[in-house]
Amino acid sequence: MTVKDKQSLSLTRRSLLGGAAALSTASVLKSAGASEANPDNLPPNVPEWTPYLGAGVDANPYGMPSEFESHVVRRNVEWLTASTESSVNFTPLHELDGFVTPNGLCFERHHGGVPEVNPTDYRLMINGLVDRELIFTLDDLRRFPQTNRFYFLECAANGGMEWRGAQLNGCQFTFGMVHNVQYTGVRLSDICREVGVKPNAKWVLAEGSDSAGMNRSIPMEKILDDCMVAYAMNGEALRPEQGYPARLVVPGWEGNMWVKWLRRLEFGDMPYMAREETSKYTDLMKDGKARMFTWVMDAKSVVTSPCPEKALMSKGTQTLKGLAWSGRGKITRVDVSLDGGRNWQISELHGPVLDKSLTRFTLPFNWNGEEMLIQSRAIDETGYVQPTIQQLQAERGLSSVYHNNSIATWMVNKDGSVDNVRLG
Amino acid sequence: MSDLARILKKGLMASVICAPLAMATNASAEQRPFGLGDIATAEQVAGWDIDVRPDGLGAPIGTGNAFDGEEVYADRCASCHGDFGEAVDNWPVLVGGEGTLASHDPVKTTGSYWPYASTMYDYIYRAMPFGEAQSLTHDETYQIVAYLLYMNDIIDDEFEVNQDNIGTIEMPNRDGFMLPDPRPDAQPISGLACMKDCDVPTNVIGRARDIDVTPEEES
Repeated sequence: MTVKDKQSLSLTRRSLLGGAAALSTASVLKSAGASEANPDNLPPNVPEWTPYLGAGVDANPYGMPSEFESHVVRRNVEWLTASTESSVNFTPLHELDGFVTPNGLCFERHHGGVPEVNPTDYRLMINGLVDRELIFTLDDLRRFPQTNRFYFLECAANGGMEWRGAQLNGCQFTFGMVHNVQYTGVRLSDICREVGVKPNAKWVLAEGSDSAGMNRSIPMEKILDDCMVAYAMNGEALRPEQGYPARLVVPGWEGNMWVKWLRRLEFGDMPYMAREETSKYTDLMKDGKARMFTWVMDAKSVVTSPCPEKALMSKGTQTLKGLAWSGRGKITRVDVSLDGGRNWQISELHGPVLDKSLTRFTLPFNWNGEEMLIQSRAIDETGYVQPTIQQLQAERGLSSVYHNNSIATWMVNKDGSVDNVRLG
Repeated sequence: MSDLARILKKGLMASVICAPLAMATNASAEQRPFGLGDIATAEQVAGWDIDVRPDGLGAPIGTGNAFDGEEVYADRCASCHGDFGEAVDNWPVLVGGEGTLASHDPVKTTGSYWPYASTMYDYIYRAMPFGEAQSLTHDETYQIVAYLLYMNDIIDDEFEVNQDNIGTIEMPNRDGFMLPDPRPDAQPISGLACMKDCDVPTNVIGRARDIDVTPEEES
């Protein structure tokens, strides 16, 4: 048996081997942005951009990042899925600072492509066990009382390829199915009041208007607790790929439930057992039984620099950067180890530390040119401690796919390059 | 017609369950807390309310058997899922996999894994064929469901799947799911995170670089 065989995630084995055959060359990611400086632009010379006028205010009606940042993009793994319309791409976490994800870099996961919904023709239907079955326009939604909240959204399959071993050599590909934006929208509890939910309504089926007709069952307690119908992210209309013009927000719970292009909410007295909550998004255990309705995203963290895409360029003073989050509440502490988990230091959290939101942490360290095994470990306000992969495997086996929130290890090599490795 | 009948059935069940509350319905906009939205008509709801529950609620009137389903399946499904549900390329396998769920290589299919036949109807009608959503007739959908159930040895080829029995067909893995969610799990025995001289393995036993399946950065 080859290493590939041993470490491949069986559920995607065929695609994995196909991908391995197709990609015969080394796959270490280059560290972007390391172009040579032009001495003519350096002191004491006057740089080339100084003597002349730059672009006017009419040049970029919708501003875009500097052309020198063109490498900061979402990326996908072609061999993972059968088509790009039912697929995923990944947020470049290693290129970002702070805790807000720019709208154009929020990872995408669609099951039937991105529909082009005309907002004039947008309707949200509420039916089932309610006093009044109603249809809302986008204008109706905007007239409801408004709420603005930061929340992370993480796909339950984030890190799924890493269950059986270190597979993808990048922070982006192993942790990038998460993003964090400020949502503006309507509380579901207000919509519930407007339609008059009947006492026997215990579940809500949320349904999208995309070609997948994405549908998920959500328990009534969660709907009334903190769910929203959002129409804006980071201050502007939702991006098409994030559900324009309106999506469901299910704070702290797996991203698949945050139905995009939301067209309907049906209230019922039992779960609907949709494809995505039975055949998918269930977690197969060692004995062949599967956990179902595993909605919460447990606490997790990742070091975003250094990482496989962010090599150490020189010895001496460094700043380690990372992100942590928990679906159960606020992050209270993130520990960092430089020796593979034997000894830990407490990192600095950068506020605001919000409920169910990404939280930035940093730690200064010195690199003397020796190998290091970097890890981070998040702890949330419930006392939950981010587990090791060995702890998860002992509890759940090797076939779970979803909900891998284990501690990753970045190995810094003597030349400063960084590898995703598995310790054992 | 069938959509309306289905909705009437749903509405009937709802009103039976909550008869004492039925009088509160259809308050005018002024009487509602925010006065927003319009009352949805039965016809509007019928057009969009396409879900089918495990108990069969919402199943539209129609019927199909595997014998007829084979042709529909070959025409609408086989190009991705294979003639026998074995799948082409990376598309999902639909048939087989019994007895594999506890193995190192579990094969999760409609036969080996899906707990409810209703989910097959619900999903196939709303999302299949890929890129031609909601284009199948109700009978065609029942036929495809019947064909897949037959291929998975769950029904015989003459069994008529319809709105009355879609909620009663016994799937092999019906009891294969555990509730409620037992997490949080995999926590330290002491409940606290070790900070110093922790007893953890630190040998490198695998490198993603060696697996060599990471896409290269485009230049």
